[in-house]
Amino acid sequence: MAEFESHSPGETERIAAELARALEIGDLVTVSGELGAGKTTFVRGACRALGVTAAVTSPTYAIGNRYRGRVDISHLDLYRFDSMSERDWGDLEEYFDGAIAFVEWPEVAGAYLSHARTRVRLRLDEDTHRLIEVQSA
Amino acid sequence: MEKPDREAARVAGAGPLILGLETSCDETAAALVTRDGRILSNVVASQAELHARYGGVVPEVASRRHLELVTPVVEEALARGKKTLHDVETVAVTRGPGLIGALLIGVSAAKALAWSRRLPLVPVDHLHGHVAALYLDPEQVEPPFLCLLASGGHTLLLEVAEKSGFRVLGRTLDDAAGEAFDKGARLLGLGYPGGAALDRLARMGDPEAYRFPVARVPGLDFSFSGLKTALVYAVRGLDAGELERRRADLAASYQRAIVKALVEQTLAAAKSGKASRIAVVGGVAANSELRSAIPDAALAPLDLCTDNAAMIASAARFTPATPFPEYLALDAYASAA
Repeated sequence: MAEFESHSPGETERIAAELARALEIGDLVTVSGELGAGKTTFVRGACRALGVTAAVTSPTYAIGNRYRGRVDISHLDLYRFDSMSERDWGDLEEYFDGAIAFVEWPEVAGAYLSHARTRVRLRLDEDTHRLIEVQSA
Repeated sequence: MEKPDREAARVAGAGPLILGLETSCDETAAALVTRDGRILSNVVASQAELHARYGGVVPEVASRRHLELVTPVVEEALARGKKTLHDVETVAVTRGPGLIGALLIGVSAAKALAWSRRLPLVPVDHLHGHVAALYLDPEQVEPPFLCLLASGGHTLLLEVAEKSGFRVLGRTLDDAAGEAFDKGARLLGLGYPGGAALDRLARMGDPEAYRFPVARVPGLDFSFSGLKTALVYAVRGLDAGELERRRADLAASYQRAIVKALVEQTLAAAKSGKASRIAVVGGVAANSELRSAIPDAALAPLDLCTDNAAMIASAARFTPATPFPEYLALDAYASAA
């Protein structure tokens, strides 16, 4: 497990970019953390490193975004789910095909995401620093 | 919702009709609209309503829910307009952006309906739909205008020169404005989604009590995630009693910051000469402070601001149709280009 400290969105993006270099199609990265912790910022940094030039925004409402970079990237957000039924999961499965996938608010999906290659956890420190914990399987 | 009888009477003998379908996110919706922009029916299956009416439908975000609802919703739209499929000339459907599985239900249903009667199909961009809500009766807005589109999923500034499309001048770099409202409401213990509750509470608070940052971003873009974090910290410093006492002030100050960001960028765009008239569409147009902050803005009626199919049918009036049977190869798209 590695731990980083970020003092700005730019720094969070750079830490994510570093991680993104090792990712391959089929990989799944879960990104946890409370509201405002910097999850979308982290995913944006990874996407930029993977060649995505389009806007990388919070997918809370859409649930899923798909971006095209050097590879396809799926950006999911399970914030609006209270629980994850099999049919909900069925809607999302195709986002994992042929892409590197990032999932914000992954907790609700539990076992469906047990194959995550990397688990990222962001925490808001007392003085607006972020602690970023990266755990790779 | 308007009374179906009045809707139908108003357009008795209306010409060829467009049947619109919308399933890009939570709402399953169908509508009948005339070529000249009159709404015959506009049916949105809200989760609460359907729970009561069709019984046993689990309110969740799932393609299967759209699948269960799309046929009843289309039937309802035809019935309320006192029309049948024979009166439909064109089928319109949201092609994206949205949740891919959800979009595919609408696209597949629209293909089947169009195919069965050898009708043309019009694939519509959801964002164009929001703008096209302004081209519907009773007050059709004529371009050129500057359009602020602010909803739970989108926040964009658009230059609208003609009804067939728009040019993006700016967009949110992180959270949508409606999302900022809803997440702020949750942080304040108002439930989720709580944008409307936050708006009500804000009226009782002091908008100057807290200084929340209005993000300065280059150009005409928006950013709301820093504001959300600022609210996290403000709430974190309070115990339960203090939070209770300051809740209205927090809501008012937080709302002020969101509205200020929206208004400042919109007015900046207007000032730079893109267009003099301003229009506001999307669910956030319901916010009372935003409405009064741009007093001369053209506003679509509230039921046309949130996701609906009348706006999709309206956009189809200004979008090239795909002839039968070419549209069978049509695919949905998940993200805006």
